[in-house]
Order: sequence, then structure tokens, then C-alpha cells
Amino acid sequence: MNIKILFFAGLREALGTGSASLELPAGIATVGALRDHLAARGEAWTALATTKNLRSAVNQQMVGAEAAVKPGDEVAFFPPVTGG
Amino acid sequence: MSVSVQEADFDAGAEIAALSAGRDDVGAVASFTGLVRADKQADAAAAARVGADAPPAVQAMTLEHYPGMTEKALEAIVDEARGRWDLYGVRVIHRVGRLVPGDRIVFVAVASAHRGEAFAACEFIMDYLKTRAPFWKKEETPQGGRWVDARESDDHAAGRWDAGRD
Repeated sequence: MNIKILFFAGLREALGTGSASLELPAGIATVGALRDHLAARGEAWTALATTKNLRSAVNQQMVGAEAAVKPGDEVAFFPPVTGG
Repeated sequence: MSVSVQEADFDAGAEIAALSAGRDDVGAVASFTGLVRADKQADAAAAARVGADAPPAVQAMTLEHYPGMTEKALEAIVDEARGRWDLYGVRVIHRVGRLVPGDRIVFVAVASAHRGEAFAACEFIMDYLKTRAPFWKKEETPQGGRWVDARESDDHAAGRWDAGRD
């Protein structure tokens, strides 16, 4: 089962896409590891490594880089929020 | 329904009235309305630089959000407020899409027996919304689009509510 990954705001624009789907590679078990895995694709994907204070959510709950990810999850990466 | 994320404008007066409609135990309704603000300082700086006909620094902004998570995050903030204070009613509205200076963007209203709880809960909800609800503002300026940076002062404002708590 794949994981769904969503991107928002400036990160979405930098990547040129709002979503991606991939089979969770073996050995990737946390949000931080997933972020590093995607950033290692190079080119635009390095925005995942360079975005300042990048935030993340798993299944629509804000979490830290140490949070677990598993197949079927919805993971999101985005810059710090600026609503209100 | 206590939380709404919508493109449409809202009627703050009607929302406030609804919080105490048909009940006689509400002693206080505190509300906050946030507006899109023209950046007069930036406009003055631009006028000094390129002349009086300089276009305004912020002509409009677009609010992006994370559908699904946004509503859950706002509901979690309201639940947290209800756990801290004895509240009779809460209403949160956040607009998304394109807005111009002068437009209403966010609304929070809280009903309680006494003003202390209503004031505190209203401010708490706004402070948490600023740092925990997945909205992002992109400003339209004469130089193009610009994502608004998060402000450290917002983190401090939200952090105040954690002092002395586990």
C-alpha cells in the first residue's frame, strides 16, 4: 500500500506539485527519514531539505520528524503556518 | 457547527447574537475579528522611493489551507479551550481564497458566564490558531507573489498559554 504525500504553500510551488504517492521504501519509518529520502531525489526536491522550519503532519495531525510513518498514511510537508 | 472554513464573508453581529440566542445563562460574549490590513509603512517607503503613484505594497492576498486537517486542527483548538475554561459556546470562522485589504479574514467568538473566561478563551483560540491551524498567506505585491513568513512573536504568544502547565 502506498503512502500519500501532500505539499503546501511555498513548498508546493517549489516542487511544482501538491501531492505525490509512493511505496514506502524499506528502512523508511519516520517523517524525518521520508523527508530526507525525498530530498535526496535532488533538483527541486532539495526544497524539502532547505525549507526553513519545515513542518509535517501524519494523517492530518501536526507531528515532529521522529513520528512514525507506515503504508497507507497521509503525510504532509509545509512551511510554518501563517493564518489568522 | 462551531468551526467553518469558507470563501464567503460572514456577519460578525449575527454570529455573536447566535451565541446567546434562546438562553439566559450567558453573561459574556467576547469576539475577535481579523482584517486584511494595508501595509501603510511599506506604501510610504515605496512612495518615497519611486514617487507618489507607487502601487500599494499589498494589493491582495490568497489564503491556502489543508482541507480536512484545517477543520480538525480548529476543532482541536476549540476542544482545548473548552477544557481550560467553562464555555457555553464557541464560533470560529476562517476565510480562504483571495482577499483584499479591508476584508474580514478570521472571526472567533466565545460565550461564557463571565468576561474573564470569555476574554481569555478568545485570545487563546486566536493564539493557537496562528501557530497550529494549517493556513498560509500569499501576498500580491507590485513585485509579484510573496509567501508571508511566520512570525516568532506568534510562537511566543501561543507559548504563553503553556507556562506552568505540563
